Amino acid sequence: MSAATPLQHPGINLGPAHPETEGKSGELLFGFWVFLMSDAIIFGLLFATYAVMLHARAGGPGPARLYDIKSAFIETAALLSSSFTYGMASLALKYGRRPGPLLCWLLATMCLGGLFLRLEVQDFITMLHQGAGPGRSGYLSAFFALVPLHGLHVTSGIIWMLAIIGQIARYGVDREVKLGLLRLGLFWHFLDIVWVVIFSFIYLGGLA
Amino acid sequence: MTILHLLFGRLSVEALPFWEMLHYPSRQNVVNGAIATAAGAVVLGGAGLAVLLITRYRKWRVLWSDWLTSVDHKRIGIMYIVLAFVMLARGLIEANIMRGQMAFALDGGFLSADHFEQFFTTHGTIMIFFMAMPFLTGLINFVMPLQIGARDVAFPVMNSISLGLTAAGAALVMISLDIGKFSTGGWSGYPPYTESAFNPGVGVDYWIWAVSLSSLGSMMTGINFAVTIYKKRAPGMRFMRMPLFTWTALATSILMIFAMPALTVATGLLALDRYLGFHFFTDHFGGNFMNYVNLFWVFGHPEVYILILPAFGVYSEVFSTFSGKTLYGYTSLVLATMAIGVLSFTVWLHHFFTMGQSADINAVFGIATMLIGVPTGVKVYDWLWTMFRGRVRFTVPLVYGLAFSMLFVIGGLTGILLANPSIDYQVHNTQFLIAHFHNMLVPGTLFGLLAGYHMWFPKAFGFRLDERWGMFSALCFIFGFILAFFPLYGLGLLGYPRRTLDFFDPVYLPYMVAAFAGALVILAGLAGLVVQLLVSILHKEELAVPAGDPWDGRSLEWGLPAPPPEYNFSMLPEVSSRDAFTRAKEEGTAYRAPAQFHDIEMPKNSAMGMIVCVGGFLAAFGLVWYIWWLVVAASLAMAAAMVGWGFTRHTERIIPAHEVELAHLRWLAVVAVTQPVSRGEEASPSNAGLAVLETGE
Repeated sequence: MSAATPLQHPGINLGPAHPETEGKSGELLFGFWVFLMSDAIIFGLLFATYAVMLHARAGGPGPARLYDIKSAFIETAALLSSSFTYGMASLALKYGRRPGPLLCWLLATMCLGGLFLRLEVQDFITMLHQGAGPGRSGYLSAFFALVPLHGLHVTSGIIWMLAIIGQIARYGVDREVKLGLLRLGLFWHFLDIVWVVIFSFIYLGGLA
Repeated sequence: MTILHLLFGRLSVEALPFWEMLHYPSRQNVVNGAIATAAGAVVLGGAGLAVLLITRYRKWRVLWSDWLTSVDHKRIGIMYIVLAFVMLARGLIEANIMRGQMAFALDGGFLSADHFEQFFTTHGTIMIFFMAMPFLTGLINFVMPLQIGARDVAFPVMNSISLGLTAAGAALVMISLDIGKFSTGGWSGYPPYTESAFNPGVGVDYWIWAVSLSSLGSMMTGINFAVTIYKKRAPGMRFMRMPLFTWTALATSILMIFAMPALTVATGLLALDRYLGFHFFTDHFGGNFMNYVNLFWVFGHPEVYILILPAFGVYSEVFSTFSGKTLYGYTSLVLATMAIGVLSFTVWLHHFFTMGQSADINAVFGIATMLIGVPTGVKVYDWLWTMFRGRVRFTVPLVYGLAFSMLFVIGGLTGILLANPSIDYQVHNTQFLIAHFHNMLVPGTLFGLLAGYHMWFPKAFGFRLDERWGMFSALCFIFGFILAFFPLYGLGLLGYPRRTLDFFDPVYLPYMVAAFAGALVILAGLAGLVVQLLVSILHKEELAVPAGDPWDGRSLEWGLPAPPPEYNFSMLPEVSSRDAFTRAKEEGTAYRAPAQFHDIEMPKNSAMGMIVCVGGFLAAFGLVWYIWWLVVAASLAMAAAMVGWGFTRHTERIIPAHEVELAHLRWLAVVAVTQPVSRGEEASPSNAGLAVLETGE
């Protein structure tokens, strides 16, 4: 970021090397930040609901019996690494000349995201097998509203990534692709932050 | 599982509104079935008539390309308001049937309890989510970009999608008249009553999905408006130069962004309870319905200010324009608006003082509630001072404004009473509360929106609305309101509960009869609006205001032709003060041609809004009736459309400079031959939209 061009929006700016995104990125990215604020309210309210219902177990199992810290830790590592690889993708977008590295980093991000989902679904299935589904207690309802919602967000992020890769195949890295990748980046890192809260508040907090 | 069940879920012929009446023809069933069938027939008949007329006059193409797929903020705004008027008609008719029931309810009445419950649920749901919200969204859509000197909102296609979602929700409420029943749980849908254990039918599901669709649309609208105001103001349009309507639009959008998600969470969790056997609000297995009540009102109270703030904005423009004066206390009005926005998040608990908190918590929320009265009071004084020694004209919008300034204060005072928990304990859930919030929302929101409709109609369509019928309608609304709702204060103090079907003590009767009479007068006001529109269209030549400034307006939109071109401004204006257009008129810089015209880039039409509208409606309908293939198909279609939308390129088209120049010069030629009128002749046919410069305040 040279000192001459002011930031168009918070987060990584593509800068003067990508003149076609000038003037467009400011509004779009700002709008997406606002959307994330709104989405954050949804997660915030679900966190609050979880906190209120944590002890509403109706005689059912609690966190100590249900959470698998090893699995949750690997999920965390996968998701945090995927944020790193997405960061590399953003840098490849900003400074790279060919789409090759960009695509590689995006693929790596999707693989890590996929790994995260695979493990998370396994966790849920294990819980269901233990008879700890959402219908068992208020506490489990709150868990199954909050954590899978984050998983759904990750899923839609991966679909979005696939769509953008399709757009790159069709049009190359054009203005729409760049603007899409900038917004997807915000989304992906936002999901990471939400997960950090889920991991510390629900998993670590539940097992402490 | 039969094949019929797979295809139609739990939908069967029993869902038809006359089924029960035919099979169990008791007197009460026949009366209620006849009312329901008539309502269903009106919906089908209205839709059929519309289809017939559009086909007869070959307007399908126009409807599709000029309206439904248009992303022009002005057209989207107009469509929102059309939707609002349709729903207003239904809401008012329902109100009249309810008041009719109450007037005959001594020892009975004609409505069944179930039907009555549906009436108050749909009435509230419609008036909040499908009348007031679309109306104010439409008004902001139309006016705000013009006021800040923008060509469109920040995300025009998303704007069309928001409209699609709202319309899909409204369609769901409408179709429930023909197929199945609507919820009986009130507009706030409190569990556990709305849980499947007590309410296994489709009604609550209709309510959940209708409200969810519209809340999603409103959240997106909020994002759109806020980004537009932050990012798309014309050069020099600093925050403290924005017209007050735009300020209130900003405050409302911020409230939408932060409050709508709470509603989405509340209805979403209730849906999880009903569809997947979760236990959020079931009151066993650890569920707790107080969580719902909190979530709902965390949305619900800011919602009240989402509804009222744009009306405050309209009144600010009305008092200033129709007094020929700059707004008194602009800064204090801005501060009051934003203060109300913040405070609106701190008072939600006053909706349930009686539901088990400690007295200390009630006291905190009671005091916070009373605090909101302070900035609101500031506003009322500002409006009064704006009129003081102004050139006040008693036009329809100003009459609404005057009625508002008196009635709203009365409603506010009863609000201060209710904010006191110990008084609230006496009158909560009585007609006193009904009187109070109608006292805020009818003179506040509805009159404000109607005033805005009268004020900006000529800007949208190029001709004024008939003043005489407008006045008739306004007086009906005002005095009808007083007659319909002031008795309810008395009823409430006499202990008459809300949502109660009938009574056995004749002491209530006179109040009930008076209120029914008032409701009929309000209905006459609605009829007046219809007649006014027809009369105005018949006389649109003599009411025409092509020059665009019928009221000696003060903000940028009045310096445009009526109706404005698609791109709004031939050249984006430079703003150097408040009341930018008044300033331009005084300095003689209005009605000029820019030195040079440029090509203008505008967004192309998009079918996304309609795809989401139809897809959202079908998915929701499938969810209501357990038609799972329809849910899957409609959801996949919408998802595919979203992905496909990402693959579109070249979504803009260029309007060439010479076309812009031609249109601009044509308008200037019209202005040149237009006779300017003084404010005394405002309502006469000679007003063609050019104002005599009347100097001095």
